[in-house]
Amino acid sequence: MATVDDLKFQEFDDAANLLAANPDATTISIDEPVEIPKNQHGRLQEPGREEDDELLGTDDSDKTELLAGQKKSAPFWTFEYYQTFFDVDTYQVLDRIKGSVFPVPGKNFVRLYIRSNPDLYGPFWICATLVFTIAVSGNLSNFFIHLGKPTYHYVPEFRKVSIAATAIYAYAWLIPLALWGFLMWRNSKVMNIVSYSFLEIVCVYGYSLFIYIPTAILWIIPQKVVRWVLVLFSLCLSGSVLVMTFWPAVRDDNRRIALATVGTIVLLHALLAVGCLAYFFDAPELDFPAPIIPAHNGTVNKITMPVSPSV
Amino acid sequence: MAAAEGSGGAGGPLFAGLADVSISEDIPVEGEITVPVGSRSPDEDFSTLDEPVRDTIMRDLKAVGKKFVHVMYPKKSSALLRDWDLWGPLVLCVSLALMLQGGSADSKDDGGPQFAEVFVIIWFGAVVITLNSKLLGGTISFFQSLCVLGYCVLPLTVAMLVCRLVLLAGSGTVSFVIRLIVVVAMFGWSTLASTAFLADSQPPNRKALVVYPIFLFYFVISWMILTFTPQ
Repeated sequence: MATVDDLKFQEFDDAANLLAANPDATTISIDEPVEIPKNQHGRLQEPGREEDDELLGTDDSDKTELLAGQKKSAPFWTFEYYQTFFDVDTYQVLDRIKGSVFPVPGKNFVRLYIRSNPDLYGPFWICATLVFTIAVSGNLSNFFIHLGKPTYHYVPEFRKVSIAATAIYAYAWLIPLALWGFLMWRNSKVMNIVSYSFLEIVCVYGYSLFIYIPTAILWIIPQKVVRWVLVLFSLCLSGSVLVMTFWPAVRDDNRRIALATVGTIVLLHALLAVGCLAYFFDAPELDFPAPIIPAHNGTVNKITMPVSPSV
Repeated sequence: MAAAEGSGGAGGPLFAGLADVSISEDIPVEGEITVPVGSRSPDEDFSTLDEPVRDTIMRDLKAVGKKFVHVMYPKKSSALLRDWDLWGPLVLCVSLALMLQGGSADSKDDGGPQFAEVFVIIWFGAVVITLNSKLLGGTISFFQSLCVLGYCVLPLTVAMLVCRLVLLAGSGTVSFVIRLIVVVAMFGWSTLASTAFLADSQPPNRKALVVYPIFLFYFVISWMILTFTPQ
């Protein structure tokens, strides 16, 4: 039977004192995930990969897997399972949006902001906002372009909302699915340290679309140069977020495949922007005097030829 | 156990004599079991089957009317939340969709929203917002949230009515400015009314996450009202 003395609470010595007594004992220290305590790594590191660790956050990945295992324990047919995907506060959503608009060179968006808490709130509502923003801005832009013409009758163009919704939601969900499948397949061939879950990829894509919302509003300005500058600018910002996220995942692979993957990601992103600009926003019309064609009854008609709706 | 034996054997003051009681099997035990009720239960003299139909309808109409008044003057009363009903939202949604009908259907695809589209947008939007608030940890029930969001469409329905009347008078710049002011004011009223009712049921650090979709929902409806052009 345990004596009463053994059951009393004991004060433990300071860690330094204990370590001085037994220098060979294993120690565990819990740090901020951003720091990399170099003495914790079990394997040797080449000096060139130190900067990449900030992108990978390999010290973080062990803890994130533990955390991931604790979180989603509810079966998928209960409501609580889906509540785990909405476990974000206002300031977290705002931080993630800020991180997607101002990419810090060298920091991985997933490791820095998502940290094994991917949410579906951001992707869903950013896509919804983008759908309505593009439809409304396109409508307004066409209205202003055709404003002075006597033959113009304003139409609300409501069908374009459903087209925009299909396009944007397909992009935000099917491309991450394809990318995730592709990364899983390459992971089985090449040992990668970094692998993202499907929801993290959806999260990155959803938040990277945020920059297009103010871009779509600014596309109302009926100047071709302005529109293309905006396309390039927003493509650079959100494309860089995507590249910095996915480059560590494919870097260890065959050089060509890695470059092709990252190139495809950027290309599809650019295609979305250009496609939206082309379809929803009519080109600002250029009035150039066409050759004067004599009409049948002798009067002279001057024809202005509008540019066909392409960018 | 030792203490219980002690009191039984000594014949404590509470249960004296009970140990000796036994009921003979020859004597039938009979009697009435009634629950003494202080007053008559309200169900006995309030059967809705016997009342005239007019009373039944008027009771529901009065409840709907009271909720309309609560929306127009959103004080912090909980009548909207406690007794939810979906009659008001249905009436508002149908009338709004009917009034948005027939908006410039000259070309095949470029017209305004059709009846079914308005209906689906309002109900599907309300369901999505309710699911969103419940997933974020809100304590409001599903139908209560639908009820509040539906009733708060009332200012926008009034705005639609005003817009149609203004468009009867003319469709120039002045009428557009009037319509813009009316729609913006009613949009603000709708959003503030529904936020006043719904924001309290959310965790405090997620209020903005819940209010933003409501803002987007009423913005879309306001846009449909503002861009309505009669054929």
